[in-house]
Amino acid sequence: MAEPLLRVEDLHITYHTPKGPVRAVRGVSFDLGREKLGIVGESGSGKSQTGRAILRLTDRRAEVRARMLRFADIDLLSADERTLRQVRGKRISMILQDPKFSLNPVMTVGRQIDEAFLVHETASRADARQRTLEMLRAVRIRDAERVYHAYPHELSGGMGQRVMIAMMMIPKPDIIIADEPTSALDVTISLQVLAILDDMVTRLGMGLIFISHDLSLVASFCDRVLIMYAGRIVETCRASELDKARHPYTQGLLSCLPSLDQKTDRLRTLVRDPSWAEPEGTGP
Amino acid sequence: MIEIEDLNVVFGRAERGVHAVRDLSLRVEEGESFGLVGESGSGKSTVLRAIAGLITDWNGRISVAGQPQGKRRDRHFRRQVQMVFQDPYGSLHPRHTIDRILKEPLKIHRMEASRERIVQALEEVGLDATFRFRFPHQISGGQRQRIAVARALIMEPSVLFLDEPTSALDVSIQAEILNLLARLRRERGLTYLLVSHDLAVVGHMCERLAVMRQGQVVEVLAVEQLRQSTPDHPYTRRLFQAAHGYDPAFVAQLADEALG
Repeated sequence: MAEPLLRVEDLHITYHTPKGPVRAVRGVSFDLGREKLGIVGESGSGKSQTGRAILRLTDRRAEVRARMLRFADIDLLSADERTLRQVRGKRISMILQDPKFSLNPVMTVGRQIDEAFLVHETASRADARQRTLEMLRAVRIRDAERVYHAYPHELSGGMGQRVMIAMMMIPKPDIIIADEPTSALDVTISLQVLAILDDMVTRLGMGLIFISHDLSLVASFCDRVLIMYAGRIVETCRASELDKARHPYTQGLLSCLPSLDQKTDRLRTLVRDPSWAEPEGTGP
Repeated sequence: MIEIEDLNVVFGRAERGVHAVRDLSLRVEEGESFGLVGESGSGKSTVLRAIAGLITDWNGRISVAGQPQGKRRDRHFRRQVQMVFQDPYGSLHPRHTIDRILKEPLKIHRMEASRERIVQALEEVGLDATFRFRFPHQISGGQRQRIAVARALIMEPSVLFLDEPTSALDVSIQAEILNLLARLRRERGLTYLLVSHDLAVVGHMCERLAVMRQGQVVEVLAVEQLRQSTPDHPYTRRLFQAAHGYDPAFVAQLADEALG
């Protein structure tokens, strides 16, 4: 494999609270190449925290430690704010769950995308507008002119999320971190948004980190999957081989999903084994 | 158990209003578990809310347990029909203890609200007496949804309306709640009307379902028919296929349909 875009080694995120430390992420390591990497886990597993730590967006009160957190030739852990600002948005960008909360409600969609472009490039407003319209067409918005002049509340959820993708893609970043990008959308719309993301990531050769709680979606969409539990990666496998997963947690998660194809009287439930939260080989 | 004929719900003034439910008719038999599925805005929750009496602006005929319903629901109806909502955090009072949350409906209906009754209600949903004096924020999401189920069942209803009861929960917790609901239905012979956007959940919980789109029922079918993937309507087939994950070929086909 070529030099990875991103290397994360032994990442720890700890929140110091009056009740003692809460260890949200505990020793996560992975490499990201030009691929679609899924991070799956239940709420509180640390998957979103991991994604945010890469952009150094973790809450100020938390302590972030890692042996390595390296993007291309930049050490993200020791980088100053100036360097980080050049990375954020331009080279690594993030798509969040709900476009309603991520877009500025009192600014037209077009101006917001223009701004995303102008912050990172020196270009005239007219050029920016041209690029924005191209980008809106690239995310398959048919009536790009109308959407350019629309305000976020005038758009549907699926349209809003496509606008977000256009905004994140316009500086042509190397890595996109998508945190539950389609969970607020209806299933058919969600698949269409994913197809656009898939197409752009593949065409422009980006690395995608796809954070989701939806196992079957990740299995069908990504190349590789990390399964997180209690702040740790318990298993890594090829997405197409998720059904052959070996870790009891992954197997448990898969088996408690209701199936459309088979009739079962009772769903399997997950019996949590405390040893899953322990590092391998150091359990009691 | 539930009969609906020509139900229409319009929000706002007639000419500019939103026609949320159009000429909808359906029947749910006693003891049956019936699903309503559809994408957002299809009107599935509106149907549920109209039957429950939470929306008063409807036209048509609604009858529950042989009783035709008007704009207002009487005390008997409110006891017989109970509802469980999507987000237990939003549907339980944040500053009431579990004990008070469970006692409130009993007091309203002047029923016995003893300690034993509360403990029994908790035990039926797999919790115990130690939960009585906790607040909703002190328990997990799955436990909160169990409390919401306990509060509904404490009235000893015969019909339960479930509006996306597990979509705010992790899949492992979802499995526990669905098992709980299935067991309670078996034990008490309850009738369920379940609204969900998740075909797999409806497929697991229900015997029959109605697929809704833009306020109308496009198809009523048996879950068995869904499972053998022989729905009649192309829209149902599309939802069924979409529920199976990401497939570029299928998405391309969706785009063609939207254009064509």
